[in-house]
Amino acid sequence: MPDQFLFGVEVVLNGLMAGVLYALVALGFVLIFKASGIFNYAQGVMALFAALTLVGIMEGQVPFAHLINAIFGTEVHYFGWNVPALAAILLTMVLMIFFAWAVNHFVMRHLVNQEPIILFMATIGLAYFLEGVGDLMWGSEIKKLDVGLPQGASIWVEENTAFLGTDNFFGFFIDKLDMVAALVAAVLVIALVAFAQYTKQGRAMRAVADDHQAALSVGISLNFIWVLVWSLAGFVALVAGIMWGAKSGVQFSLSLIALKALPVLMLGGFTSIPGAIVGGLIIGVGEKLFEFTIGPMIGGATENWFAYVLALLFLVFRPQGLFGEKIIERV
Amino acid sequence: MFYREAGDFKTSYVDDSQTFPIAFDRYRYYFVLVVAFGIIPFIINDYWANAVMVPFLIYAIAAIGLNILTGYCGQVSLGTGGFMAVGGYACYKLMTAFPDVSIMIHLLLAGFITAGVGVLFGLPSLRIKGFYLAVATLAAQFFLVWMFNKVPWFYNYSASGQISAPERFVFGVPVTGPNVEAWAKYMVCLVFVTGCAWLARNLTRGTIGRSWMAIRDMDIAAEIIGVNPLKAKLTAFAVSSFFIGIAGALLFAVYLGAVEVGEAYGINKSFLVLFMIIIGGLGSIFGAFAGAAFMVLLPVLLKNVLVGGLGWDTALATHFEFVIVGALIIIFLIAEPHGLAQLWKLAKEKLRLWPFPH
Repeated sequence: MPDQFLFGVEVVLNGLMAGVLYALVALGFVLIFKASGIFNYAQGVMALFAALTLVGIMEGQVPFAHLINAIFGTEVHYFGWNVPALAAILLTMVLMIFFAWAVNHFVMRHLVNQEPIILFMATIGLAYFLEGVGDLMWGSEIKKLDVGLPQGASIWVEENTAFLGTDNFFGFFIDKLDMVAALVAAVLVIALVAFAQYTKQGRAMRAVADDHQAALSVGISLNFIWVLVWSLAGFVALVAGIMWGAKSGVQFSLSLIALKALPVLMLGGFTSIPGAIVGGLIIGVGEKLFEFTIGPMIGGATENWFAYVLALLFLVFRPQGLFGEKIIERV
Repeated sequence: MFYREAGDFKTSYVDDSQTFPIAFDRYRYYFVLVVAFGIIPFIINDYWANAVMVPFLIYAIAAIGLNILTGYCGQVSLGTGGFMAVGGYACYKLMTAFPDVSIMIHLLLAGFITAGVGVLFGLPSLRIKGFYLAVATLAAQFFLVWMFNKVPWFYNYSASGQISAPERFVFGVPVTGPNVEAWAKYMVCLVFVTGCAWLARNLTRGTIGRSWMAIRDMDIAAEIIGVNPLKAKLTAFAVSSFFIGIAGALLFAVYLGAVEVGEAYGINKSFLVLFMIIIGGLGSIFGAFAGAAFMVLLPVLLKNVLVGGLGWDTALATHFEFVIVGALIIIFLIAEPHGLAQLWKLAKEKLRLWPFPH
């Protein structure tokens, strides 16, 4: 096989892996949008916040150390202990559930019946708030997240694919972490679907997604479901945060990845979980391939905008996305 | 007692359809104009011009622009930063290509060029609605910023990739470049703000503004009663981008002087202007001013209190600012989804009955 083709395949494979990570963020959006009609802009910041908290707890940082030092003139930074990864993940999850409750109790409950655009703006405010709180709590420097996931290129894949090309081809270069991410994403999606299909709470969740009033009238507590959904989204954000954090460090740019999840959603449709996955893969492969083939001709760094333009062009022909429900408008 | 219609008889149609039907409002408006044009230029200093007045005026123009699109026509846009970049770079190219033409004309032309680009990116709005459109406008934001970064023609092949404004004069007074006086900057921005606000106010209460509002309230119904959605949406994009382009050009030429596109016109600018119109009030020209004033003054105030007053370091103050801005947006949306403009309106209603409310 010609090397150029194999390099192309490698690009596609890496694109698929990147797409999985986009899809992870997009999943959180879809969960909340389906259940409450809220377009949660804060999803990316939630991932950032979860990752920050995880690192902070693992390293035994004192929360709000910066602020405390500024106010009281003290010099505290670390408790001086390290928490094992699993315990830290559980603690972070508890915090995310508390956050879900707080969002519902202090924000969303007061905005019931507002127009979608107002709710959207509220989540932008939430994103700013959470970003500020995250920085205040744990500091804003770039952090390394290491929860024991395998890192680096997979030698096994490289060695076993090298025979495909000529001497210039050394086998496919695939990050182990990306493979783990793909696996985790698959498990997560299966778990979510199983939860939605086979558990009592999952059924209630789908009922709420279908029709708020009908769900309310058969005795489903909307408040509980919303807290549940935000907690689930927090959980998905935590997983996405761990993956992205392990890949490129925990830093502010994580929240920009949320913006990348938006075209993914547009492609897949706002209301479809499989759509989020497929959209993520399309965007991941598309932008890597575009950068590989056309990018060098027009100056590179096309990944910044390609996803959005692709989504834009796509929407002109199919406004509800690939798997979205058909938009029916009535006067 | 003073704020009422009673006794103020309208004897002609012109009188009847004036912008400020209540005498007190009219006088207040003239008073603001007199203070803005006649008093502030003589007392303004560098700090007040650079930290408060000039950014306030420039963002007020941008907020009016976005308010026309989002507040009046109902099309949410997250591409404001990108369109401001078009204005800034158009202004730069015009200034360097035609050095003899007045900068005022360049600023206006930059607005028209941005209007053209805005219409182009507005075309999808005919098919795409709501959130999908908001995300689609992100394409404009990222693509435009990328383009100004990567195509050297736009920054005249300068080594740093930055653009910097050459010195230009209006009536012999420098308004761009290194030797600008505070009052000259302020006056240029003020002239444009006054013009834009006047234009926007009169557009929004005329036929075209009404067709925008009809589209906002329910596009299908508007179409049935004979509003042409193509025309209404595209004019909204054009007019909005025109204002935003002027704001971007002023930001570059008059306020910053030298600009790096990702920094000055990034996605943060889009959100900043969006916050201005939410906090100020969607669908209100006054709201655009109030929101711009709020969002410009808040960081200055916080910085003075936290860094100057309490002695915190600036990084901490910046984080705190994020928390406060975020919390304020949420509080505003819960307490008053229609923003400062609505509070202003309520105050006026109360004032009308004051001091005998029954």
